[in-house]
Amino acid sequence: MVRYRGLIQTLVARDLKARYRGSVLGFFWSFINPLLLLSIYSFVFATVLPARIDDEALRPYALFMFCGILPWTWFSSSILEASNVLISGGNLIKKVLFPAEVLPFVTVLANMVHFFLGLPILAVFLIYYRRPLDPIELLWFPVIVFVQLVLLLGLSLFVSALTVHFRDLKDILGNLLTFWFFATPIIYPMSQAPQEFRWLLNLNPMTHLAISYQEVLFYVGPHGHWKWLMALLAGSLVVFFAGYFVFDRLRDSFAEEV
Amino acid sequence: MTNAIEVVNVAKVYRRYARRKQFATLKSALLKGSLIRDLQPDETFPALRGVTFGVPKGCTYGIIGRNGSGKSTLLKCVAGITRPNEGSIVVDGRISALIELGAGFHPEISGRENVFINGIMLGLSKREIQRRFDEIVEFAELQDFIDAPVKTYSSGMYMRLGFAVAIHVDPDVLLIDEVLAVGDQSFTVKCLDKFADFRRRNKTILLVTHSLDLVEKFCDRALWLDKGKTLAEGEPRRVVAAYLIDVEKSEEQELAAAEAVRVKSAADVAAEIPPGASAGGPADSAAPSDMFKATEGRWGSREVEITEVTVTDAAGQRSHVFQSGDSIQIHLKVRAHQPTKDFVFGFGLFNADGICCYGTNTYLEELEPAELSGEGEVRFTISQLDLVEGTYKIDVAAHKLDGYPYDYHRLLYTFRVKSRTKDVGIYRPDHAWSFSPTIRFK
Repeated sequence: MVRYRGLIQTLVARDLKARYRGSVLGFFWSFINPLLLLSIYSFVFATVLPARIDDEALRPYALFMFCGILPWTWFSSSILEASNVLISGGNLIKKVLFPAEVLPFVTVLANMVHFFLGLPILAVFLIYYRRPLDPIELLWFPVIVFVQLVLLLGLSLFVSALTVHFRDLKDILGNLLTFWFFATPIIYPMSQAPQEFRWLLNLNPMTHLAISYQEVLFYVGPHGHWKWLMALLAGSLVVFFAGYFVFDRLRDSFAEEV
Repeated sequence: MTNAIEVVNVAKVYRRYARRKQFATLKSALLKGSLIRDLQPDETFPALRGVTFGVPKGCTYGIIGRNGSGKSTLLKCVAGITRPNEGSIVVDGRISALIELGAGFHPEISGRENVFINGIMLGLSKREIQRRFDEIVEFAELQDFIDAPVKTYSSGMYMRLGFAVAIHVDPDVLLIDEVLAVGDQSFTVKCLDKFADFRRRNKTILLVTHSLDLVEKFCDRALWLDKGKTLAEGEPRRVVAAYLIDVEKSEEQELAAAEAVRVKSAADVAAEIPPGASAGGPADSAAPSDMFKATEGRWGSREVEITEVTVTDAAGQRSHVFQSGDSIQIHLKVRAHQPTKDFVFGFGLFNADGICCYGTNTYLEELEPAELSGEGEVRFTISQLDLVEGTYKIDVAAHKLDGYPYDYHRLLYTFRVKSRTKDVGIYRPDHAWSFSPTIRFK
């Protein structure tokens, strides 16, 4: 990955440039997308169905949700795009001597840039609601981002390699991600999750990332979730290396199967 | 001299999956518990079988062979895009593969940005590209369009830009797969100049092509690949000659097979008219109204029957492929069901466009018929086949002096004329050029 740094950098830049080329608002879509999502969810859950979240700790609700939605968008679009990336980049794999793993990496990294572009909006919200951030606690933020990055790189390697052989993984993932979203404490706090399902939520790696983001950016008080986060980091590293192993094993088949 | 490319005993097997597999899904694989089994190929197809060769540094090496002989697979293996199943390939130095031009261009962004991205993909650094940028754009002849998005380019512009980037990577080893057909004449010349420049600088070129001229003119060594196996390797002229002989042989077989089918179907149609029965003149025997526009077929009363037609070379060997200038013979076996004094034998030669190149008959050449009875043979000899390259068809006929057809075989027999000179027209008169001393050629 280090060896292809220049290549990855260029391709990420190309991805970002090409994505909004020809659209009027250009890069602003990176801001508008999460904002729209946010306003829809806050309307539904704060205005239409206000009962469950009427909790003092969750005010302002929009901010709480935003802390989860931003990383979730990064997560889900990375996985979805990664599932297609080897097939759409088939030309490169078949005709050019090209390190295939660069493609899923670029997907994840390009989406990470979008995630970063969403952070200023979050900052605006924080200032608007006068939520002071603990600078010490904020040091955790890059750690959380790093854990998510490792996890995503690993998952994207898995997903991209397997989709070459099973094209319908893409469609399965679309549905799975919808389910996954609701199985992650983003629109509800973990504390309100039913007791009997807690174990399931705890198995979901995104749960711990979402909680960590919320702890750092939303809740007052120290980051109490760091043990889970460290465990997740270890797990993510395992996922990454396993993903790389699978990808490497299947690598030779890409040029023929894509 | 050390070898820049060393290919040892390389074999590559492509897997083919049964139809079922193509529609198989992860879900169905899991349901049937056949996940592992479905990943196993049902059939294999050997694309390369034990290919071994070495390309010395600075050598231009040509690979020729028919479609599907494994040339491109070999090139991809050398480029490292696919890995061979057996054997080893060692390449010394930076490779640039001109396999697909402009692979990886993004349609939405400008030519300028694509040059940079493509260059980095091919292994250049940003600074190196910067330095060569103007040269690349100039080579591609795209100065006016370099800032337009690539999606607005014509396919020629796209290819030229791809070619320009790839060639400016300045590789030690250049792999080329039939990509010289990317531009107009002047661009092709420019590409060839660039290759010549590469050769001068002692770079190694591996060239896959169908252009045998290019191999003979350009390559120091050549390899002929057929069905994944090396059939000949070494001096280009010798390899190309061996290849050409083989191509002729298979053309020969093809033509013979096609001819057999044509003759058979014509005979089947003709058989509906009982041979020997005077069916009442040409009108009844399905003769076409305009003899010069007629399509293939066979008609006639069969009172005199042409039972067999063979095309042979001077030695009497059946053949369908001739070199321009060769001698050719057409043998007709004829049988007269009743002795007759009224007969003419005719011959016609047509090119692939259906233009009559030559036609004659015994009457026109003032041979008075005297007697034809029983079986006999007619031989028509052309001592010098002065025709340009192409496929030609033959008419043979036996008819009465007034044109009433006994047996007319129209365009049923085919032969091909080959020539190393790409001259045009139909007829190639025996000719020579001569010049005064003030006019010189290299």
